[in-house]
Amino acid sequence: MKRVGWKCSFSLLPVLGAILFTAIPLSAQQTPASSVAPATMMASFAAPETAKTVSEKLAQLDKDVKAAQSSADNAWMLVSAALVLMMTGPGLALFYGGLVRRKNTLAIMMQSFALMALITVLWALVGYSLCFGGDGHFIGSFEHAFLRGVGADPNPDYAGTIPQLTFMVYQLMFAIITPALITGATAERMKFSGTVLFLTLWFLVVYAPLAHMVWGKGGLLNASLGGKFPTLDFAGGTVVHISSGVSALVCALYLGKRTGYPKQPMPPHSLVLSFIGACLLWVGWFGFNAGSALASNSLASSAFVATHFGAAAAALSWSAAEWLKNGRASALGAISGAVVGLVAITPAAGFVGPMPALAIGIIAGAVCYWMVTKVKALFGYDDALDAFGVHGAGGTIGALLTGVFAQQVINPIFGAGKPVGGLDGHWGQVGNQIVGILIAWIFALVGTLVLLKIVDLLTGLRVPEEHEIEGLDITQHGEEAYNLES
Amino acid sequence: MMKIEAIIQPSRFESVKDALREIGIEGMTVTEVRGHGRQKGHTEVYRGREYTVDLLPKIKLEMVLPDALVNRAVDTILKTAKTGKIGDGKIFLSRVEEAIRIRNEERGENAL
Repeated sequence: MKRVGWKCSFSLLPVLGAILFTAIPLSAQQTPASSVAPATMMASFAAPETAKTVSEKLAQLDKDVKAAQSSADNAWMLVSAALVLMMTGPGLALFYGGLVRRKNTLAIMMQSFALMALITVLWALVGYSLCFGGDGHFIGSFEHAFLRGVGADPNPDYAGTIPQLTFMVYQLMFAIITPALITGATAERMKFSGTVLFLTLWFLVVYAPLAHMVWGKGGLLNASLGGKFPTLDFAGGTVVHISSGVSALVCALYLGKRTGYPKQPMPPHSLVLSFIGACLLWVGWFGFNAGSALASNSLASSAFVATHFGAAAAALSWSAAEWLKNGRASALGAISGAVVGLVAITPAAGFVGPMPALAIGIIAGAVCYWMVTKVKALFGYDDALDAFGVHGAGGTIGALLTGVFAQQVINPIFGAGKPVGGLDGHWGQVGNQIVGILIAWIFALVGTLVLLKIVDLLTGLRVPEEHEIEGLDITQHGEEAYNLES
Repeated sequence: MMKIEAIIQPSRFESVKDALREIGIEGMTVTEVRGHGRQKGHTEVYRGREYTVDLLPKIKLEMVLPDALVNRAVDTILKTAKTGKIGDGKIFLSRVEEAIRIRNEERGENAL
């Protein structure tokens, strides 16, 4: 759950002290001609100071401290918002773009880019309000429809030190990348029209309720704002990764295999693009996870460190598994491992220290390697770019392990001194995590299946076989990624 | 006039080209091609999926030579393109009926 870390109030004490120390001599030096702060000026002439002027001074000081904190938090949160947008474009677009065959490069990139525009507009109209308006159990309200009431003032329920506009635009970037992740499963065979319609509906029907349930005030799974089953999800293990990953699996099963799969070779057309994309994802993820502290505080540092360590450990464990199996460590394996680690550490980032982060990364890297290489082949579904194997499996493992490793020393989300995760002495939390995981799975499964049926009737989902063979770039968009002769 | 088509290992191309120039062969057409003869391909693994790549990159040299030069050219290619391993490629010879230089319409061996 996203909330301002408790530690920020402690870290502010020295700041407060410093301002107290410097503010008084400064006000004494002011000349009478200056009319900026009459209250403090009076104080330097009137002796002895009255109780009124002291309290006015303190009030002013209090305002200054708040403004200083708000500036710092706001700066970090705006940077974080930009970093999370960078994860979709170009991060995910390049990562997926390199994994498809050459004839489908632009199509998969365009799907991510279309969502950057589409979800943004939906978010302004109703999306933000459906996720963060009101205090219902299952979905938000229309309180903030058309961004009514969303301005410079903070929304104290979620982030008390930054303008609600910043909070709003930061959360928007999560809503953009989540449906974009699903396109990894539908790649190389789904119509552009069907993709756009399906993902629009999916955002409204699956993402918005789930985001509200986990992060919204009064949501069923909310950990700190009155949820029935307090599920720990710092930056989106359930909301982003389980929801998109499980929906991706449903899409892959519903759409069926690509023509020629698995007999015909379909190797990635440019691992260089994927490599750049994965590295951009890694950097962007600092905004995703550390930004979820919603402040520039020590909790953000903790989440930043956990994120980095989780990614590194998973890159190593995937590579090691591959080395043992094939006798070689591949570049695609290493970057896939890193992404898996980032996925798995997402729910845990603001609840665990560096050592548990390494453990989560190692476990997730090995399990997801097995999911992608063995389980997929066993069941025979064509999750083209492994959206389920990476995000569904990694998100589920991460959400589960968050319940094991979460510590109140890092984030006393249930109150000072109260244990948070299993190793902290609160094994019941693992149960809560399982409830959260199950609800997210069921919600994503059912919602996606119903929406696919509807969209199938309205626009159709798959391109005709001859279009699939010719490639989606030409047939869906009328252009080619590489015109090498021109 | 004979046409020589030699399909060789990309790694040997520079040596073959230099050796042909040394014996006085002034023109050739070079294409990057993919193919296989008896040579088996190799395996690539992407996220656990194995692909057998059986069409391997090769270089195809084409040149049309006066009869007097053909044997020497073939010997040179044989000598420089050989690594002794499977996959070294092949040389095809065929008779060419006519050659015409587009610039001045010279014909026959003069056009080469």
